[in-house]
Amino acid sequence: MKFAVIVFPGSNCDVDMFHAVKDELSAEAEYVWHTEGSLDGYDGILLPGGFSYGDYLRSGAIARFSNVMNEVIKAAEEGKPVLGVCNGFQILLEAGLLPGAMRRNKDLKFMCRTVQLKVENARTLFTSRYTEGEIIDIPIAHGEGNYYCDEETLEMLKENKQIVFTYHNENPNGSLADIAGITNERGNVLGMMPHPERAVDTLLGSADGLRLFQSIVKNWRESHVVNA
Amino acid sequence: MYKVKVYVTLRESVLDPQGAAVMNSLHSMSYQEVQDVRIGKFLELSIEKSDRDIDFLVKEMCEKLLANTVIEDYRYEVEEVVAL
Repeated sequence: MKFAVIVFPGSNCDVDMFHAVKDELSAEAEYVWHTEGSLDGYDGILLPGGFSYGDYLRSGAIARFSNVMNEVIKAAEEGKPVLGVCNGFQILLEAGLLPGAMRRNKDLKFMCRTVQLKVENARTLFTSRYTEGEIIDIPIAHGEGNYYCDEETLEMLKENKQIVFTYHNENPNGSLADIAGITNERGNVLGMMPHPERAVDTLLGSADGLRLFQSIVKNWRESHVVNA
Repeated sequence: MYKVKVYVTLRESVLDPQGAAVMNSLHSMSYQEVQDVRIGKFLELSIEKSDRDIDFLVKEMCEKLLANTVIEDYRYEVEEVVAL
């Protein structure tokens, strides 16, 4: 399985994302610059965190119109797994691949620490190696992670089991329904504020994020490799 | 040439944490009269005249990029500037 790690001007978690899949999983991975006009040949798309285009105007608003995003949208429509973390999540929201929008954190602070997440749905291609209801430790690092959507959208998210991760015990940013991560209706696009790529080794404080990437690879192998 | 002023604010139904913080500060400065503060963005665009309708252009820009209509409202004023 070959991953594309999309790099925008201002991305700063691209190396961690690359490390997670390339070094920890021994999957193939390449950095893809935001000007690229094709994502052919990649089986999974990773949008890393950071401050793309300085977060000018709104987080993710300008990155959403970069050349490569047309290809990310195409890959999502083809059913390829697309993971956006932190700023990557914000870009997916701006691009309309996921519903809703981000507001400033409720107390206006940039939060940077490890939090507990509850796995709400373990039947996605991103979470099959977790168990439903499991509590995992994953770091957050954001100033705008206060997820918002209208009531109708929230009902839809609940009904389709699109809420994949919620904050456990405490809600650090004020996000609606404690939402930390959601998928699209089809289930092949996941956006989440916490950083699984920063939790792939106990040396880093937690290895709970590793299984997310393992789930993606496992799902891909099962559907693409004969006699897997 | 047109000078276009675009105002982008959080929707009424969306809590504005920045505005709330500023209002608390104003209250602590004894401006108890302040009932609400909403913080938004002000953009000033200089747009060349073309055969494309100015209202159509500005609306499209607002919907596509300048505002996120999931959480934000926008309004704008168009002023025609006569070249000297």
